[in-house]
Amino acid sequence: MPGETRDRPAPPARRLFTLTARVSTRQFVGIAAMVFLALGLLWWVTTKTGLVIPLFLPSPEMVLARLNGLAADGLLLSDTKISIYRITVGFLISTVFALPIGVLIGSYRAWEASIEPLVDFIRYMPVVAFVPLTILWAGTGDAQKFLIIFIGTFFQQVLLVMDNVKSVPRDFINLGRTLELSEPRILRRIILPSAMPAIWDSMRISLGWAWTWLVVAELVAATSGLGYRITTAQRFFQTDTIFGYLLLLGVLGLTTDQAMKWMSRKLFRYLYLQR
Amino acid sequence: MSDAKLRIAGLGKTFHGDRGDVVALDGVDLSIGENEFVSLVGTSGCGKSTLLLIVAGLESPDRGTVTMDGKPVLAPGRDRGVVFQSFTLLPWLTALGNVEFALSAAGMRAAEARRTAEEHLALVGLSDFAKAYPSELSGGMKQRVAIARALSYRPKMLLMDEPFGALDALTRHHMQELLARIWEQHRLTVLFVTHDVEEAVYMSDRVAVMSNRPGRIKANIAIDLPRPRTYEMMGTAAFTALQRRVLSEIRAESIVIAGLGDALR
Repeated sequence: MPGETRDRPAPPARRLFTLTARVSTRQFVGIAAMVFLALGLLWWVTTKTGLVIPLFLPSPEMVLARLNGLAADGLLLSDTKISIYRITVGFLISTVFALPIGVLIGSYRAWEASIEPLVDFIRYMPVVAFVPLTILWAGTGDAQKFLIIFIGTFFQQVLLVMDNVKSVPRDFINLGRTLELSEPRILRRIILPSAMPAIWDSMRISLGWAWTWLVVAELVAATSGLGYRITTAQRFFQTDTIFGYLLLLGVLGLTTDQAMKWMSRKLFRYLYLQR
Repeated sequence: MSDAKLRIAGLGKTFHGDRGDVVALDGVDLSIGENEFVSLVGTSGCGKSTLLLIVAGLESPDRGTVTMDGKPVLAPGRDRGVVFQSFTLLPWLTALGNVEFALSAAGMRAAEARRTAEEHLALVGLSDFAKAYPSELSGGMKQRVAIARALSYRPKMLLMDEPFGALDALTRHHMQELLARIWEQHRLTVLFVTHDVEEAVYMSDRVAVMSNRPGRIKANIAIDLPRPRTYEMMGTAAFTALQRRVLSEIRAESIVIAGLGDALR
C-alpha cells in the first residue's frame, strides 16, 4: 500500500543511526557542525588542563592570536593569495591535459594499451622524490610548483577520467551508431556529456590532492606561500603558526569542495530532478 | 516470400570466451515481409538479442548474410530504428530534446526537427511531458519517448529488443496496446524480440521460435487473428490455442536445457 507510508509519523531520533535512514539537510549540517564544535572544545579543554606542553599543542586562543597577528601584517592574505594562484594554474594545466587523454584512453582500447600502463607506472613514483629534480629543471619559482602539482595530479586524473568514460552505457554509444553519427560526434555529443557529471566529481576529488602537492612543493623550496610559512614557523618552534595554517588549509579545502558540489548541482540539474 | 524486406540466411555467430567457445547462432534463416510484424521468442540466452544486434549492424556475424531490400547489412544505419530494453534516453536532454537529437543526427533543420519531434511525442501521448527530463519520467514514459525517437526519422524497419521487459505488468499491457495501435495505423516492418509469449501473440503477424545453443529458428507460427487486436481477444479460444502452440515449442527447448527431461515426462 504505497499511500500508507506518507501518513506515518516522523521516525524518532534514534532512527538516525539505522541503515538507509533519511537525514534532512538541516540535520546533516547540524551534525557536522556539532562534530567540529566538539573537537574544538576537546582541544580547548586539553590545553586548559595544562597537561600538554603548549609547544606540542598550542591553545585555540594562542593560534587565533597568531593568525590575527599574521593577518595584521598582511602575511596571511599574501600567503593565501600566492598559494591559491599556484594551485589554480597548476591544477588547470593538469586538467587541460588529463581530460582529453582520459577521454581518449577510456574510449579506445588501443589508446588505453599505449598510455594506461605507462601512466600507472609513473603514478607509483612518489611525487616527493620528484622535488629535487623539479628544482633542477624549473628552479624554485612558481613553475616548479606548477610542475609538482602537475606530476601529483595529472596521472591520477587521467585514470579517473578514463574510468568515468568507461562507465558510459554501451547502449548510448550503440544509439549513436544506429543514428549514423561519426566517431568524433559520438565522442562529443554522447560520451562526453554522459561522463561529464562523473568527471566533474573526479576533478573535485583530485583538487583535494592538489592542495597536498602544493604545500609539499612550498615546504621544500619557496619564499612565499602557505607551505613556506609553515617551514619558517618550524625553524622558530612556532607551532601556533603551523596549527593556524593547517586550519586555514582545511577551511580552504572544505570551501572549494563545497563550491564544486554546489556548481555540480547547478550544472547537472537534470540529475537532481525527482519524479 | 520473394518480396521479403529483410532476409537472414545461414547466419552464425560464435563467442570466444575464457571457458571455451559458445555457438550462439548457427544456420539462422528468417525472412520478414514488407510491413510484417514478426516476434522472435525463445528461452533467455538463446541468442535472440544477438540476432537482433546483428540485424541492427551493432554485431557482426561469423557466417551467413543479412540483406535488406536486397542490399547486404554491414553496419548500423538510420534505415533501421532500434529500441533498446534499457530505454537509452540521454539524461541531459528533455523528452523533446531526445527526439530532436535523432532528427538532427539525421540532418534535419532545427525548426523542422522541433515540429517533427512534437508530432511524434503526440503520437505516443507525451505532448505534456515534452519539457521533462528522463529522470522525471516513469519507465513506461521513457520507453514511449524512445519509441517516438525511433519512429521520428522514418526508418524502413523497427528493431525492438525486449522493449517492455523492464516494465511492470500493467504498464507493459498499456505499452503493448499503444504499439499495436501505432503499428496498425502506420504500418511498418518490425522485428520484436521478447520472451513474453502472450505479448508476442498479441502483437504479431508471425511468431518465430528460436531453439537454444546453437540458436536457430525452429518454428514459424502465423498469427491469423484479426486486426485491430483488442484485449478481449486474449480470452478467446483462438488466442489461447496459438499461445499454447508457441509455448509448447519453447517448452521443448527449456526442458532440454534444464535437464528436466526425465522429471517432467
